[in-house]
Amino acid sequence: MADLSAVRADSLVKNFGDFRAVDGIDLHVRQGEIFGVLGPNGAGKTTMLRMLATLLPIDGGHAEIFGVDVRREPHRIRQLVGVTGQYASVDEDLTARENLWLFARLQGLTGTRAKTIAVELLERFGLQEAADRPLSQFSGGMRRRLDLASSLITRPPLIFLDEPTTGLDPRTRGQMWDTIRELVTDGSTILLTTQYLDEADQLADRVAVIDRGRKVAEDTPDALKTQVGDSTLQLNLADGSDTVLAANVVRRLLGEEPVLTPESGRMNIPLPDPNRAADVLIGLREAGLGISSVSVAKPTLDEVFLALTGHGADDEPQMEAAR
Amino acid sequence: MTTTSTMTTTPLTPRRIDPSAVVARTTARSSVQETWVQILAMARRALKKMRRKPEQFFDVLIQPLLFTAMFAFIFGGAISGSVSDYLPVLIPGILAQTALTVCMATGVQLREDMDKGVFDRFKSLPIARIAPLAGPMIADLIRYGLASVLTLVAGLAIGYRPGGGVLGCVGGIVLTVIAGWSLAWIFTWLGTMARSAQSVQGISMMIMFPLTFLSNAFVPAETLPGWLQAFVKVNPVSHVVSAVRDLFNDGAVTAEVGWAVIGCVVVVAVFAPLAVRSYSRKM
Ligand SMILES: Nc1ncnc2c1ncn2[C@@H]1O[C@H](COP(=O)(O)OP(=O)(O)O)[C@@H](O)[C@H]1O
Ligand SMILES: [Mg+2]
Repeated sequence: MADLSAVRADSLVKNFGDFRAVDGIDLHVRQGEIFGVLGPNGAGKTTMLRMLATLLPIDGGHAEIFGVDVRREPHRIRQLVGVTGQYASVDEDLTARENLWLFARLQGLTGTRAKTIAVELLERFGLQEAADRPLSQFSGGMRRRLDLASSLITRPPLIFLDEPTTGLDPRTRGQMWDTIRELVTDGSTILLTTQYLDEADQLADRVAVIDRGRKVAEDTPDALKTQVGDSTLQLNLADGSDTVLAANVVRRLLGEEPVLTPESGRMNIPLPDPNRAADVLIGLREAGLGISSVSVAKPTLDEVFLALTGHGADDEPQMEAAR
Repeated sequence: MTTTSTMTTTPLTPRRIDPSAVVARTTARSSVQETWVQILAMARRALKKMRRKPEQFFDVLIQPLLFTAMFAFIFGGAISGSVSDYLPVLIPGILAQTALTVCMATGVQLREDMDKGVFDRFKSLPIARIAPLAGPMIADLIRYGLASVLTLVAGLAIGYRPGGGVLGCVGGIVLTVIAGWSLAWIFTWLGTMARSAQSVQGISMMIMFPLTFLSNAFVPAETLPGWLQAFVKVNPVSHVVSAVRDLFNDGAVTAEVGWAVIGCVVVVAVFAPLAVRSYSRKM
């Protein structure tokens, strides 16, 4: 029992008909860490999480959670994992308090204990005023919080969060981040998925990047970012037809491959060192190429993707290719 | 509606979570007692929903009243010579038909419910797979009871005088409720199998009509052609109707009551496991 892993998955596979949504993913989450799974829409994040949570049968590979076999002992796994899905899985026809009471009773808490835990969680998640209102009056952020609260009733040692902040406004997002960090100080391990590099950066100790059902990288957020460069130079050329010439200039000066959007004359250039932005600008002027706007930004998921896979996060022919 | 709120930093309980201790406490499956508590919690959820959406009682309330009056005056003369002679035959038949309608609603509502996000949570919780199915069916006992009593009251209002007295009537209603609950497992199974609530509705209709009309619910079996009689005789609905007639009209616990109960047990024994299996697979 010296193994301190929370999740250990080897070559997980999930097929939907002919389409392989998860294609041999290995995952190793250590106890007490926040592990991020980063990937664009359709990468297979939800599918992977649902397999680990016993919500989908595992088609291939092997998975253990705290040493318990996921496929063989689903009932035990369900006692170890709190699941907060991408879409709130709470009962729309009940109030927040009734939801928490129901989930507590289902998990064997006594009637009195179910009531007190509901009160505690409502308070902890700032829902006490809305406790007895129908959920139809809840905002997206409130629903997410209730959903997360529902996953914490029995204080599970492992918590799955599927895109916990997608669709939330920045302030609510920040609050959710704080809450997630608190959960770790309680001793829980967290496996979360996200489409945002900055979210993984803010929260995760380690990140796996998933693309088309495969893991393309696994590292700390800092290491991932340095693979792409600390920042990106974003240029809009005055004349869109100049993009090829401009790209040649960049390659010669920096040895980096820019991401091009020729239709809008746009160019994103990975910058290992922000100071070299000036070199590019001077180089372009010497080549007689005009610029309409320029900015330096942190790398986006798209750039991480391009660096790791050679294709952007948005061009995704995977469904079509599979059919 | 604003979302002004603060998230306080009070931990749930101060102790840190120890994963290996939690693993040691896990169980391989829910015990019988745990399952029972889960079923009751699910029943309570269903009752809360019923209270919040009383319009779902509409069919339960309207159908017995409407059908009792309609069938009595349309078929009464033709089948039994007069309305008052037909009522002892008709009322138990309507009772069975109403119970089946409620059964059908059970399946349709389960399907609708299963498509909602909360079922994802039910599946991710360590609960017995039968609880989300059996819970609503317990709450439905209220509907069967209500529908049965209303049918009887409608009959009394147009002149039905059951010879079995109060005890016979109570017995007949209890039997109807048991039968309704048992037959509902067929529709629950359909609910877990079908793709949508509409298809449950469609398939249920196709099952419900033969079950009610190819029984002795509205006409004496002897008037039917031989090949139909064969089906009518094995149809559990026929036995329930005969048993309820015996209880209502004579206050007698006859062999028919025994057959009806056996029929119900068989239906539950076959369809409850089928429903649970199909529900567990739908993940
Ligand atoms: N039930 C399903 N049937 C068929 N295809 C599915 C199903 N669920 C997901 N997919 C497909 O699998 C791929 C991965 O989906 P998903 O795991 O939801 O991705 P993500 O969560 O990373 O956005 C997508 O192409 C999606 O269309
Ligand atoms: Mg997803």
